[in-house]
Amino acid sequence: MSEFVFLYRGGNRPTSPEEGQQVMQKWMAWFKDLAAKGHVVDRGQPLERGGKLVQAGTKAVTDGPFAEAKDVIGGYTLVKAADISEAAELAKGCPVLDRGGQVEVRPVMKLGV
Amino acid sequence: MREASTSPDEMDHLFRRESGRMVATVTRVFGVHNLALAEDVVQDAFCRALEVWSIRGVPENPSAWLVATAKNRALDALRRERTARDFAPELGRLLHSEWTLAPTLDELFDDGAIKDAMLRMMFSCCHPRLGEDAQVALVLHILCGFSVAEIASAFVCGHAAVEKRITRAKKVLAGSRQLFDVSAPADFSARLPAVQRALYLLFNEGYHGASSEFAVREELCQEAMRLTSTLLEHATGATPSTYALAALMSLNAARLPGRLSPSGNLNSLFDQDRSLWDRSLIADGIALLDLSATGDVLTEYHVEAAIASVHAAARTAQDTNWVEIVSLYDTLMAIRPSPIVALNRAIAIGQAEGPERGLEELTAIEGGERFKDYPFYSAALAEFELRRGKRHVARERFLAALAVARNPIERRFLEQRVGACEAGGS
Repeated sequence: MSEFVFLYRGGNRPTSPEEGQQVMQKWMAWFKDLAAKGHVVDRGQPLERGGKLVQAGTKAVTDGPFAEAKDVIGGYTLVKAADISEAAELAKGCPVLDRGGQVEVRPVMKLGV
Repeated sequence: MREASTSPDEMDHLFRRESGRMVATVTRVFGVHNLALAEDVVQDAFCRALEVWSIRGVPENPSAWLVATAKNRALDALRRERTARDFAPELGRLLHSEWTLAPTLDELFDDGAIKDAMLRMMFSCCHPRLGEDAQVALVLHILCGFSVAEIASAFVCGHAAVEKRITRAKKVLAGSRQLFDVSAPADFSARLPAVQRALYLLFNEGYHGASSEFAVREELCQEAMRLTSTLLEHATGATPSTYALAALMSLNAARLPGRLSPSGNLNSLFDQDRSLWDRSLIADGIALLDLSATGDVLTEYHVEAAIASVHAAARTAQDTNWVEIVSLYDTLMAIRPSPIVALNRAIAIGQAEGPERGLEELTAIEGGERFKDYPFYSAALAEFELRRGKRHVARERFLAALAVARNPIERRFLEQRVGACEAGGS
């Protein structure tokens, strides 16, 4: 088993409270399924849209990053899977995909293998 | 954060329910002229909750979390905008001082104050300058959290038409000086009939409406019942006529489970499995009907609730006291005549006195040309023709009804009735 990070990018906001609730319930169902199969290491955290950027050299602190909405990382989760193709397969169930978003699947780097 | 401890019931339409409560409350704080900002603030709060809960799981008391999030977002907006905007005029000073801002918001987001804000908004939506359609749409949009698309689909109405209606209605609402003051008894009583009417129409849209999605229609009924019970919790709102309105909703809603067969076909009142009727709703309805029987005003809600209670009391369609129902429809025709009431009265007469009498009454209905797009007039004629053995005429009538059926459920039902004329059954 190896560990992978799912980075959730983009995804349109729901257009009504009911739709919002349905989206959330899909996420809950997806996590429930992932957890039941033993893939969830850490559910992770949602992230605020904006923050600060610290520049090299001057160490200047600016607001940012101002990525396009579709590229903004909205949160992350740490999972485990046999290999990257299984991890990618698991990500196919993520509800962010139903709303025009993406899941970036990144293996956690290991030393000495 | 454990989703297992949150029961599915608690989550049922939680966002929709809380959205109405929060928009009403934030509008109460911001002032009705800032309705759009209030809606944005609530939407933003709910999107945050959605994002956090999607990943972290739903907290133990999600409703309290939504309220707290909306309150904090409102607080941010007040601090950000208070030099640029005027908020609710009657709260002005309290919102301007940092000393009083947070405690004032705590009070306004308390459960009792939220209910009060809901009522203010409900009465504001029933503004006399708005038509009944616009009032109902506004109530659904603001207090029940339905989007324009959801309303358009529930009412089988064009998206653009609903959008226009709501935009215009919001403009009227935002143009009023402040939210309706529910603490002035005279104003309250004067506006109450309009509010009752809007809730009645909302319920009816669910109960008799054209939407083919039965689940959507049930939701409209539930929303109407929920708002009516909010009205009943208010001392001045709990009038005999509001009790009657609540009674008629409970008694009719009790029959909803019997209206669809397991295969999704419509069952008429005559062949419903009455064991599916919701006994606890019937008991609620009867208790509410008792509470409505005070004072000296008889409203259409009293009469309609009484009719529903006669149906509820009958073990079978044949056992129904049709004579009583006819006399109640006579009363209803005197209080609030309409072609639909006349149609139902004629059907009851046909049940009580035979198909010939039913047909006589049906053809005598004034304003019957309004039925040309309403399938159940032709269908009623057809049923009586079939009952007196005129299969061919009955079949023609059912086909006429079929031609104006409004959705697949009605279509299947009428096709089946056409089939019954051909097969020789009933």
